[in-house]
Amino acid sequence: MDRLLNAMTGLSVLLILLVLVSVRRARIRVEYSVSWLIGAVALLVLSRSHDLLNSIAGLLGVTYPPLALILLVGCVFLVMFYRFSVIISQLKDDNIALAQRVAILEYHIRACKDQATTS
Amino acid sequence: MPETGMNAYSTGGVVKVPGTGTSTYSKVLILIPALNEEGAIGDVVRRVKEVMPGAAVVVVDDCSRDATVSVARGAGAEVLPLPHHLGLGGCVQAGYKLAFELGYQYVIRVDGDGQHDPADIPKVFETLRGSECEMVIGSRFLNGSENGTSVLRAAGIRFFRMVLRPILGKAVHDPTSGFVGVSRSALEVFSRSFPLEYPEIEALVVLQRRRFRFIEVPCRTLPRRTGRSSITPMKSIYYIVHVLLGVFVNVLKYERRIPKESRRT
Repeated sequence: MDRLLNAMTGLSVLLILLVLVSVRRARIRVEYSVSWLIGAVALLVLSRSHDLLNSIAGLLGVTYPPLALILLVGCVFLVMFYRFSVIISQLKDDNIALAQRVAILEYHIRACKDQATTS
Repeated sequence: MPETGMNAYSTGGVVKVPGTGTSTYSKVLILIPALNEEGAIGDVVRRVKEVMPGAAVVVVDDCSRDATVSVARGAGAEVLPLPHHLGLGGCVQAGYKLAFELGYQYVIRVDGDGQHDPADIPKVFETLRGSECEMVIGSRFLNGSENGTSVLRAAGIRFFRMVLRPILGKAVHDPTSGFVGVSRSALEVFSRSFPLEYPEIEALVVLQRRRFRFIEVPCRTLPRRTGRSSITPMKSIYYIVHVLLGVFVNVLKYERRIPKESRRT
């Protein structure tokens, strides 16, 4: 059990570092790093606090506490994936509308230039 | 609704004001989505201009890597080049948006690969103008057979006929046809909301949800001149799942509250 929890701790520390470095390098926007950091810190705290983890496992009716931790982490990431799917879909819609608008404006500009040339 | 001229201008000496030209087809825009069709697009544009004199011909280029744009322009088409690849639905919708902005009353879409016979375009247009339908489909299979298509594709078409029959309230023989004419009212809907991937089937449901009507007219299919279909057997499975989901999402949208008896069929 301790070995699994230690692995969880290591994973959470790595995740925190990865997210912080990514934010510093502007690869992730701050607003999108918050949910990752909250998830990683929660994982870190739960993997180090056996009493808290045992209580949660008891509430969930899980006899093996690390399994409760994995379940919680899975749920958190599921919610995050859903949230990011919503964001990506919105961005894709915006991107398509923007590309269409750019194309139509370029079409108008070209037509105006042609008109100016011929008149 | 701009009948004429609000956004119109002249280009290359040809006045592009929908509805003010002397040609019968001056209110029509022929929309040709194209991706890497340099081998076929020139002939398609020339044939379209022959059979529809006075109609605007716009090729929407979905970021071709070949000379599609220059060949289309050389053949006399206007070109709407997209800044990056959007896929068929995004490409067609860009054309619909342009046509709506320019005030066109009818848009007829034909594929850029030369599979649709341009000689059938006047028939689609006359049906669109003469009927009260908002959409006219150039159907390859109006007699019920799927000659000339692969077994897998024919099975897919039969499957979607079966799915669409109760949703549309009438049979559709060629739900995947890309040879489609739409009126301005459908154009308005499509310029706001159009399925982005594999749009043909979902577009039917989008229109039906708004109580619009469609009709099919028989049209010929020519052999593909260049390239090959983007739908492989593996993609066919994805296609079926994707379109099926799209159909049901559209069915579940708010228009379901429209009483059945008030729907036009």
